[in-house]
Amino acid sequence: MSGHTDMVLVDKKGVRIDGRKADEHRPVHIEAGVLGNADGSAYLEIGKNKVLAAVYGPRECHPRHLQDPTKAIIQCKYNMQAFSVSDRKRPGPDRRSIEISKIIAEALEKVVLTELYPRASIDVYIEILQANAGTRCAGLTAASVALADAGIPMRDIVPAIAAGKADGHVLLDLNKEEDNYGEADVPLAIVPSTDEIVLLQMDGNMTRKEFDKALDMAFGACHELYDVQKAALKKRYAVSKEGDEDE
Amino acid sequence: MEKRNTRPAREVVVPGDLLDDSGMDAGSNTYVLDGKIYAGVLGIKNTYHDAVSVIPLGGRYMPSTGDTVIGIIEDIGPSNWLVNINAPYPAPLHVNEVPWKVEFGDTSKYLNIGNVVLLKILMVDESKKIQVTMKDSGLRRVEGGQLVEVPYSKVSRVIGKSGSMIQMIKNLTDCRIFVGQNGRIWIDGESENADVAVEAIKLIEKEAQSSNLTERIETFIKSKLPEMEDDEGEEDQ
Repeated sequence: MSGHTDMVLVDKKGVRIDGRKADEHRPVHIEAGVLGNADGSAYLEIGKNKVLAAVYGPRECHPRHLQDPTKAIIQCKYNMQAFSVSDRKRPGPDRRSIEISKIIAEALEKVVLTELYPRASIDVYIEILQANAGTRCAGLTAASVALADAGIPMRDIVPAIAAGKADGHVLLDLNKEEDNYGEADVPLAIVPSTDEIVLLQMDGNMTRKEFDKALDMAFGACHELYDVQKAALKKRYAVSKEGDEDE
Repeated sequence: MEKRNTRPAREVVVPGDLLDDSGMDAGSNTYVLDGKIYAGVLGIKNTYHDAVSVIPLGGRYMPSTGDTVIGIIEDIGPSNWLVNINAPYPAPLHVNEVPWKVEFGDTSKYLNIGNVVLLKILMVDESKKIQVTMKDSGLRRVEGGQLVEVPYSKVSRVIGKSGSMIQMIKNLTDCRIFVGQNGRIWIDGESENADVAVEAIKLIEKEAQSSNLTERIETFIKSKLPEMEDDEGEEDQ
């Protein structure tokens, strides 16, 4: 949204610079249970984004004053590696990553059955290894798979994807060029079983009509992503599934 | 744990999967929304009579009243010990709940940090405050032996149907074994035999989902043991 370019982001045939159509998301790959020491983990690739998520807990909440006597709290840390972008990112929390940590934690709080674990804390760590626009959605998608992998009781798994506008076209799942030189970016996360929205932001400008179209696209893509998430979790236990228990 | 009658469908479900909308009863690890039952955790769908529940595949041990667990002393107070029982919360063990008469402030003379104790969950209240006790038969501080940890969801496999698996391991290896509901297992016996028992339990953990496990473990132990002893093993628990 910031810069200007002579690049044609969407050509006359409606094909984007990476060859996708307007309502096509980047190829997704999710793997659950990739880390041995965390209670749950997931690795996600969507296009050129590479994200690792790890979950600990529920465990006793430290510092004490953050404890909630009625439910567990979710502490989320979104972190971009220094090498995740082309110009080295200065390490450490900044305004952007604090914001993303907060909105991801709030989105996850809506699905995790936190009231089962009063006074406890569930810690979610999201590491962006490689960024190419849409990392908050990728991070949230990976984090919810990691939570389910950790065996944490939850209502549903949260898929997230962005829609936006570039070159006057409403597009799904913007890549870096479309995000930088486009007009708008709308990340969306939903609870698929009820179609509730748990995360919705908008950066840039769109008309109401364009916004509705973007939202429709993102909803559809979220449901597709949801199937990939479920398949990743089921795959982890499929190998040992073949026999019956003799118990 | 209710593992019986799970034979027909061993279906892995993820949170949010629809389990039933025909009016069955919602069992553990499920939730109901608009009369439909959904899975609340990653696990295996389990239909028993007219109730549907989910057997979790992972997750953290949640203590419930009456469980016997193995704890490690983590901290000492003047009138209690804090015990790590692998739950989300620490479990305080009060001096009134140990089999010794402990003077105020003398707690460290009886149990010290790092000691391993066999405990029973006395009570868990709605805010998940845990109370544990050592005042029951067989509960004590353990010395020697080895401590093995397995995911708590695999404990039922280690014990087997009405204790068949653990009894078989005990008989074959002549070890004293105590299985805590929290996934900690204490094994004591002659060094080689105990090592075989540990290996056997690791194998159960790895192959928890496969069939004929008890027989397979039996052949495994027989092949590993240096010589077969036929005398009765000392039984614990």
